[in-house]
Amino acid sequence: MEAPESMVAIGVDAAGIDLRRELADTHVAEVLDLLDNELVGLAPVKTRIRQIAALLLVDRVRRRMGLASETPTLHMSFTGNPGTGKTTVALRMAEILHKLGYVRRGHLVSVTRDDLVGQYIGHTAPKTREVIKKAMGGVLFIDEAYYLYRPENERDYGQEAIEILLQVMENQRDDLVVIFAGYAERMERFFRSNPGFRSRIAHHIDFPDYTDKELMAIAEKMLAAQNYRFDAAGAKAFRDYIVARRKQPHFANARSIRNALDRMRLRQANRHFEHPGLVSLEDLMTIDAADVRASRVFEIDQEQDKR
Amino acid sequence: MRLTQGCFSYLPDLTEADIRTQVQYCIDKGWAVNIEFSDDPHPRNTFWEMWGLPMFDIKDAAAVMLELNACCKVHGDSYIRVSGFDSSHGWESVRISFLVDRPKNEPGFRLIRTEGAGRMVRYSVQSMTAVAE
Repeated sequence: MEAPESMVAIGVDAAGIDLRRELADTHVAEVLDLLDNELVGLAPVKTRIRQIAALLLVDRVRRRMGLASETPTLHMSFTGNPGTGKTTVALRMAEILHKLGYVRRGHLVSVTRDDLVGQYIGHTAPKTREVIKKAMGGVLFIDEAYYLYRPENERDYGQEAIEILLQVMENQRDDLVVIFAGYAERMERFFRSNPGFRSRIAHHIDFPDYTDKELMAIAEKMLAAQNYRFDAAGAKAFRDYIVARRKQPHFANARSIRNALDRMRLRQANRHFEHPGLVSLEDLMTIDAADVRASRVFEIDQEQDKR
Repeated sequence: MRLTQGCFSYLPDLTEADIRTQVQYCIDKGWAVNIEFSDDPHPRNTFWEMWGLPMFDIKDAAAVMLELNACCKVHGDSYIRVSGFDSSHGWESVRISFLVDRPKNEPGFRLIRTEGAGRMVRYSVQSMTAVAE
């Protein structure tokens, strides 16, 4: 019996298909490695993404062989606390999907409720459609998606946006991948009140909080990217800072760290400015304990300890 | 009478895949893609009505096809064309324009003869689609 044409085209022999080579051809491995190197921690997320990539790769091969026909559902939900890297991972996800040929362009359009929902009757549908059009061929990332649904107000226009989204998610799976993101608990409630979404979302990925050690690694990475570094005392102070900051409200993982570092750079600049005399290159690069310890976080922490 | 005008006028009607390819070409060139419709396809008529806004911030032809299908549903009995506007300095004009949909039966044009002073006669051409309404 002769092999079907498609099999001949990709050189299937008795030994089968080389998935490794297939992987190398799509350059997905590079994105996955980038994800590994760029992002600290997030082990479960990375594993899930590798699994999804493997599934899609196999699916792609199967499709070429005529074994699978339909486009798999690719819509996802990313849940996790703020600052756990959801947007960054979504960006990489778009790239992976593009390299595997599941989206044509591979760009990411990041929106929130304000971009989708209008101010008055008849405003929402065109607004949502504009956003969807912009995201076509790429990934639409809806941050804090649960704000779309406001059960306390039955006339809320969010419902209209939800209906349009559902329709597009179903009918134009080839054109658009939607990723919903937000806090785990509220997303859960959102999906419970909108069962249409749950059944259309194939992959739920949960982003864990970073450990103190991981946050320290993130801080060092962020500083290195801007040609700064901690000295030994500064590093120790920052480790204490992370412990103290975590106990306080509005802790947003890596985002809090970034903001803290920005303020420390500010204090470092001020310190050098007020200090008479010359500064060395070394000074300009180093963030020391004083820059860290001046943070208000320590004060509040001590007060709390007293009480 | 089968009306021809714009780019590809010498070709048979473009299929959906053809249109998609052309639209993607426009997008890749950075042109704003417009959908226009009219019941007066006179070649000198530059004022076609626009379907929605010019699409200048999209990345993929699927978005235009979505709008085009919506437009065809509403204005299936009109002429519909797609044009690409190049806003870059020095061009600032339409770079491509082609018909994508036409009414099922096209009555064509009629000749209007106007007699003037003396024995002068002026001729003009009027679209019959516009007249029918």
